[in-house]
Amino acid sequence: MGFRFDLLLFTIALLSVPVLSDLILSRVDRRIDLTSQVVRITSTLKVENAGSDLVSEVLLAFPDSQAKHLAYLSASSTEGKGKAKGSAVSFPVEIVHPKGMPPALTFYSVSLPKGLGKGDSLTLDVLAVFKGALQPFPEKITQADIQLVVFYETAYYLSPYVVKVQSLSVKLPDARIESFTKIENTKIHGSEIKYGPYENLPPFSYSPIVVHFEANQPFAIAQELVREIEISHWGNVQVTEHYNLVHGGAESKGEFSRLDFQARPHVRGASAIRHLVAKLPPRVHSIYYRDEIGNISTSNLWGDHKKTEMVIEPRYPMFGGWRTAFTIGYSLPLQDFLFQSEGKRYVNISFGSPVNEVVIDTLIVKVVLPEGSTDISVSAPFSVKQGQETKVSHLDLVGRPVVVLEKTNVVPEHNQHFQVYYKFSSLSMLMEPLMLISGFFFIFVACIVYMHVDLSISKSSPSYLAKLQWDEVQAAVQQVRNIINRCLMIHDKLEASLRDLSRTGDVQACKSARKALDGLLKDLSKDLKPLLASLQSSQQAVQILPKVEELVGKERDLQERMMAKHSAVVDSYEKKSSGREIENRVALQQQKITALRQEVDDLLDLIDEI
Amino acid sequence: MQRVPSYISRSVAGSYDNEAVAIFALIFTFYLYIKTLNTGSLFYATLNAISYFYMVCSWGGYTFIINLIPMHVLLCIVTGRYSSRLYIAYAPLVVLGTLLASLVPVVGFNAVMTSEHFASFLVFIIIHVVALVYYIKGILSPKMFKVAVTFVVSIGLVVCGAALAVLIALVASSPTKGWSGRSLSLLDPTYASKYIPIIASVSEHQPPTWPSYFMDINVLAFLVPAGIIACFLPLSDASSFVILYIVTSVYFSGVMVRLMLVLAPAACIMSGIALSAAFDVFTRSIKFQLPGATENFERDAGETSSNSVVAQNDVAKTEKNEDAVKERPSKKNRKKEKENVEKPSVKSQIKKKLLILPLEASIIAIFLLVLLGAFYVVHCVWAAAEAYSAPSIVLTSHSHDGLHVFDDFREAYAWLSHNTEVDDKVASWWDYGYQTTAMANRTVIVDNNTWNNTHIATVGTAMSSPEKAAWEIFNSLDVKYVLVVFGGLVGYPSDDINKFLWMVRIGGGVFPHIKEPDYLRDGQYRIDSQATPTMLNCLMYKLSYYRFVETDGKAFDRVRRTEIGKKYFKLTHFEEVFTTHHWMVRIYKLKPLKNRIRGRAKKSKSKASSTTSTKRIGMKKKNPWH
Repeated sequence: MGFRFDLLLFTIALLSVPVLSDLILSRVDRRIDLTSQVVRITSTLKVENAGSDLVSEVLLAFPDSQAKHLAYLSASSTEGKGKAKGSAVSFPVEIVHPKGMPPALTFYSVSLPKGLGKGDSLTLDVLAVFKGALQPFPEKITQADIQLVVFYETAYYLSPYVVKVQSLSVKLPDARIESFTKIENTKIHGSEIKYGPYENLPPFSYSPIVVHFEANQPFAIAQELVREIEISHWGNVQVTEHYNLVHGGAESKGEFSRLDFQARPHVRGASAIRHLVAKLPPRVHSIYYRDEIGNISTSNLWGDHKKTEMVIEPRYPMFGGWRTAFTIGYSLPLQDFLFQSEGKRYVNISFGSPVNEVVIDTLIVKVVLPEGSTDISVSAPFSVKQGQETKVSHLDLVGRPVVVLEKTNVVPEHNQHFQVYYKFSSLSMLMEPLMLISGFFFIFVACIVYMHVDLSISKSSPSYLAKLQWDEVQAAVQQVRNIINRCLMIHDKLEASLRDLSRTGDVQACKSARKALDGLLKDLSKDLKPLLASLQSSQQAVQILPKVEELVGKERDLQERMMAKHSAVVDSYEKKSSGREIENRVALQQQKITALRQEVDDLLDLIDEI
Repeated sequence: MQRVPSYISRSVAGSYDNEAVAIFALIFTFYLYIKTLNTGSLFYATLNAISYFYMVCSWGGYTFIINLIPMHVLLCIVTGRYSSRLYIAYAPLVVLGTLLASLVPVVGFNAVMTSEHFASFLVFIIIHVVALVYYIKGILSPKMFKVAVTFVVSIGLVVCGAALAVLIALVASSPTKGWSGRSLSLLDPTYASKYIPIIASVSEHQPPTWPSYFMDINVLAFLVPAGIIACFLPLSDASSFVILYIVTSVYFSGVMVRLMLVLAPAACIMSGIALSAAFDVFTRSIKFQLPGATENFERDAGETSSNSVVAQNDVAKTEKNEDAVKERPSKKNRKKEKENVEKPSVKSQIKKKLLILPLEASIIAIFLLVLLGAFYVVHCVWAAAEAYSAPSIVLTSHSHDGLHVFDDFREAYAWLSHNTEVDDKVASWWDYGYQTTAMANRTVIVDNNTWNNTHIATVGTAMSSPEKAAWEIFNSLDVKYVLVVFGGLVGYPSDDINKFLWMVRIGGGVFPHIKEPDYLRDGQYRIDSQATPTMLNCLMYKLSYYRFVETDGKAFDRVRRTEIGKKYFKLTHFEEVFTTHHWMVRIYKLKPLKNRIRGRAKKSKSKASSTTSTKRIGMKKKNPWH
């Protein structure tokens, strides 16, 4: 009904509108592509200047209802004619509010830098991309239903100029067409509907048409996408993209049956989002795909030297109205995206999402530059909201400057490169490693200083001196213990030599062993003397000295008895006495030795404890 | 110890639990206790009480300490090993420890009220009596002492009898006899299955199987007996404590799988002692037979110094990269120190006796022991990697065409978190409570906190009721979604149907109209055509098998290996809103109440409404923009 009313308005307005300028559109061809969720209208306008003045702008008109969906608009012209078309020149387009125009219309003006002289003509290619212009109807479907959408357009090209000849073709996906408006000259060819040609229509001619058709392609809409591009001059560009995805098609109602979905996937749940394809740059590495509860295992990656393709499946198939959120991240080599010009560095990287099927409500691109970057400026091919913030990361002192670009209603056409210029000295790169190195260096230096500096306040206090002496005493006692231990070991050796003797009967070897060991023992007792003397001189050793002396005495006793026993055994071997006889002879000795050994062991442990 | 699988099972990232902290606290408390026992220092006794407090903060298993230590003290007193050191080790622990423990909110007055702590107080009294006796013995002549003993004993018996009577009366007046259910289920393994099904239903609370013992403690199982023997050779206070510890922990781990955790450090200590004794013998015999006495002496000195370093490590046992082989000597070292102090004479005699091992044999034996240790490390790493590191939420299976990942749980949780309202409540069996809360960010009715049995029983009742009754229960709980885990399609055995009997038992424990025999045919739990009608009509059965028959036409359940009993049925009060890829998680929504329309009016009205709606749709289809 609204459209009817609008139309009424137009016609009323039409009567009062003066002819705007002398431009005439001699031919208009429009092609509407409805095969995806994004509506693309490509119009080829042949503009003629019928007046006498130089005209420098061409107005494009859209009804407000359509203009609110408009996401991208570009106008270009190709030089030359026929097949020898030159390079396309694009013209700046901006929104204008000319006076005296009918209401409920939004105007965009294409400025022609060269202007259009009298009688000249120009072919203008206008691409308008609409997001969300397809409305699901019915709005709620069950799993078994197919998804139908409607699209509203005007059969006549809405323009403030006279249009001489025009035609319109609507390309639909290869599926069922529920209905479409039939007016004169309407033809249908397979999945393409053709309107026109219509001739000589006055300005603001309007004839609404509606197409209602089956659209099973997924309506993946990212309500918010935050892309964070972090530049590291150590050779890496880290891109992290946080998606907040919703299926914007007809909402599903009623049951979801996995059985139906698995058994007849193309009938039950045809419009579900099963997977998305992200086209990443070549030489991308360290790719991940996860959400807040961890890695999502359903993804796949292909790559060659031109591109890398990642197929990502959400955790569950998404039906109309279902939501999900996930994060993908990847690293890129720095040299592919960072360049230098005129003493400045600039990052040249794509703006939109690498996932082509997705349209984005709000896209926030954050470019995190290295710490210490200055003179930051952004150049983008279309208007974006700019901001700045800082991000503090590891080892940052002041934080990294972040350029924040925000844009609403982003379609794949926005996937163009933009540039961030900044100045950065390579020496700043070394700051963080130097910081780390110096930090560790100071820690070690502090440790060394602490270990080597005597921090006691008074060097002459009695307790300090006592501690020093006590340390000396302890060292001496330790040495004494070591020596005693070695003596004990030599005793064990003597015993062993006796055992050898009983086995082999080699008296000479045994004797020589005794001689050698005896020498060793002598040396040890020599070593012991100065130690004992130092202990006796020390006051601190008063407590421990008697024990030590007792130990040394016992050990000497043990030594003597050991020797005596040894020589006795060797003697009796020389005399070829019987084993029992030897045993009888040394039995007493042996007992004493065992007792002494026991005492020495006890004393050692006792001293150890003190 | 860090390598012992049963400890790893609790400390790997992801399942990092308070028990991981608690085991350190437990061992540290024991260590300090022994340290106090050996040194008789009040400083260590205080530290001991503080570490006991730390243990109380971290785990409910602190009752193990407060019962084990009194047991040991009692043992010492009975065997006549009472000393002032024992008193110093024990009395401050009880006084300070109890005071500190009652500061912990969960424990509070339980520290003096429940029977778990009575043992400690009883022993506290006994140790005072014994101390008094020893004191009197010291100051009186033997004759006087005898008189005093008869006097005191006669009075003491009367007092003790009275106190005991009061105590028994107090204890008997409370229904569970003052013991909490968990402790009772420990003491009496059959208690839980009789009275508290919720404790028995947890797989961790089941008695372990032999393979699980071998898996968890591996070669330690063989070294432990050797360690016990080694402990007995010079039986000291400390070694008797270790023996007591291993015996009780073996018993506890026999009752519950989870308490394998307590066994693990005990087994480590024991096998450490065994290995150390073995190494001691072998190295000594080698050292003696090798020439070059001086070198050996130097090495010996080096060893002692390194040992002391390791001993320090032992105190701060948090180090991670410590090799299991290295770890053991540290334990033994502690042991050895004590032995040195206690019975050096005995030790040296034993040493002399054992010196006679031949050189070759001892070298081979050492080599084999090292090999054993190495194999053990390999096994531990394997166990840690295979058995305990895999997240239980993502399942994998190997088949001929590669690895299959079953990520159904997270699929369902992600779906819940993104596609339901924030304040919707989800009902599921309590096993999935924490997961749902954390991963799906939704309120659950019951979760893994099992303090409140009634809640769980309510959900159990709902699951085992027919659809209508269940709908009413869930609706009264303001539940929007019901989540069930179903493994029948892919053969995932720990699903809700297998847990269902526990739901019945727990539900029946609180709501007596749920009776377990109703769900069993001749005492057997089955879901095939022989199953009871109660079983086939309960909510859990219906939610699990809803439309299951259409997958293969026969409804063959791969977990139970049978065809299900009731194949074709419809849900009237629930609707399926989500099922994961492998059907492992199924989520149902409670249907809203239907408008009340009576009798015929309902039919005609519904017809009329349907016709109008079709008409409207038809019109719309023709010309939807009007």
